[in-house]
Amino acid sequence: ASTLILAEHENGSIKAQTLSAVVAAKSLSEENSVSLLLAGSGRSLKEAAKHAASCHPSVLIADSDKFEYPIAEPWAKLVQMVQQSGGYSHIVSASSSFGKSILPRAAALLDVSPITDVIEISGSSQFVRPIYAGNALCAVRYTGANPCMLSIRSTSFPVPPSSADSKSNEAPISEVDLSTLDEDYLGKTRYVGHTSQDVERPDLGSARIVVTGGRGLKSAENFKMIEKLAEKLGAAVGATRAAVDAGFVPNDLQVGQTGKIVAPELYLAFGVSGAIQHIAGMRDSKVIVAVNKDADAPIFQVADYGLVGDLFEVIPELTEKLPEKK
Amino acid sequence: MKIMVAIKRVVDYAVKIRVKPDKTGVETNNVKMSMNPFCEIALEEALRIREAGLASEVVAVSMGPAQCVDTLRTGLAMGADRGIHVESTTGLNPLNVAKIFTRLVELEKPGLIFLGKQAIDDDCNQTGQMVAGLLRWPQATFASKVVLDKEKQVATVEREVDGGLETLSLDLPAVITTDLRLNQPRYATLPNIMKAKSKVIKKYTPQELNVDIRSDFEVVQVTEPAKRKAGVIVSSVDELIDKLKNEAHAI
Repeated sequence: ASTLILAEHENGSIKAQTLSAVVAAKSLSEENSVSLLLAGSGRSLKEAAKHAASCHPSVLIADSDKFEYPIAEPWAKLVQMVQQSGGYSHIVSASSSFGKSILPRAAALLDVSPITDVIEISGSSQFVRPIYAGNALCAVRYTGANPCMLSIRSTSFPVPPSSADSKSNEAPISEVDLSTLDEDYLGKTRYVGHTSQDVERPDLGSARIVVTGGRGLKSAENFKMIEKLAEKLGAAVGATRAAVDAGFVPNDLQVGQTGKIVAPELYLAFGVSGAIQHIAGMRDSKVIVAVNKDADAPIFQVADYGLVGDLFEVIPELTEKLPEKK
Repeated sequence: MKIMVAIKRVVDYAVKIRVKPDKTGVETNNVKMSMNPFCEIALEEALRIREAGLASEVVAVSMGPAQCVDTLRTGLAMGADRGIHVESTTGLNPLNVAKIFTRLVELEKPGLIFLGKQAIDDDCNQTGQMVAGLLRWPQATFASKVVLDKEKQVATVEREVDGGLETLSLDLPAVITTDLRLNQPRYATLPNIMKAKSKVIKKYTPQELNVDIRSDFEVVQVTEPAKRKAGVIVSSVDELIDKLKNEAHAI
């Protein structure tokens, strides 16, 4: 087997989720030659390539200003070109917003069906992926032509601490021939800019702690209590669909099947009844705490710790007594 | 300019998913089916663009069994001008859907395509990117804001990416997939539901469109995820903090 990995890099380093993709690739087969494909331009690409070479078998770099930003069209074309010359059996990316945008487009160019959000690999062609927002797990066997294309959930393929920085066996770095990349349709998307949503608070999708409020908060004004508690814990703020529909918070905070899927170390739910579609978005959290005045609320069936009580007393007390974030 | 929107019929988001005892899939018999929520958002955006005078027609497309017509009628009641139903009793994977959609694009020649970023049944998140790839069109996935410049024929799209928002500017024609906070879809009103009954739904089969249906994988089994067991009920905030610190080591 031979695997090509779509690598993401930032400030001269390979991103952690790409290292997870390498871990996943290594579990495809015992004899698997893994190549990392990096694209970008200039100095930060060179540094990222050096970082990649220090921990991986081989590195391919595509140096062009077309790859300055993560735009899907040139990237998908690049993957197609590299596959046509390299004949890989597998192509793997992380299920990041980058991987999700590029992998299916590249797969269409190669006329194969990719497999999204793989959480388990059993051999080179059998995979498990969640469907229905994790309410069911689907084991699939890939029967199509090469390459078999996968996006993997990085939380399912943790990187062993030692593998990231072994400086021995520096891998060769080779440049991809980009002479056939020029096609006029590639210039039709322009990068305008990027803004971080809220620098003060961690991102909902990757936060270690998430504090969520439901309809029980009763108003946008009361919802500030959730924000205050989150601030103290250094946590992200989430909300249920009911809280969003009631206008307490904007819908980008929604946790659930149609909102964000989260799996933090600690999930604190206040005034959340536990609708099926909400549970679907947080069931993989490590520790779940639920506070609700209704002792029969379904949320208690999935909570590790439940507290039946009045939110408007519990939240201020918790905020006062919890230790400050480290 | 014409806008095409893809619409998928899925198990309603509020239905409790039950895995079939023989592990071949998820129970869909006698289960409420609805329009995929992300497709509703896609359709809503297309309707708003038409209502702002920037598009002349919105065409809704659905693929799958005969009952997809019901989902299309919902789309027509929301305000789509006409529908296309590609009938198939065999399951269609995203690559099949993208190929069929591409053939319809060749026939209909839209200036813009909206799709939901993913369907809440298979959660694939692939079809929009594949349509864009097959057509060699620009793509913007996970859109949370779309601004059209009719004169320059450019769409400026704000996208939800990991840890922030990215803005892209796309030359039309283009493919946009929609994320949750792009808009709040409207409900169909009774008069519009009545009106939708007389709107046209054109039928095709994949064979008529010269698309070979091919599957690249087989489902080995569908299982239920490990159940979380209910934990303990604590009696006070102090006890909760104690448990979180000393038992769960979560804080």
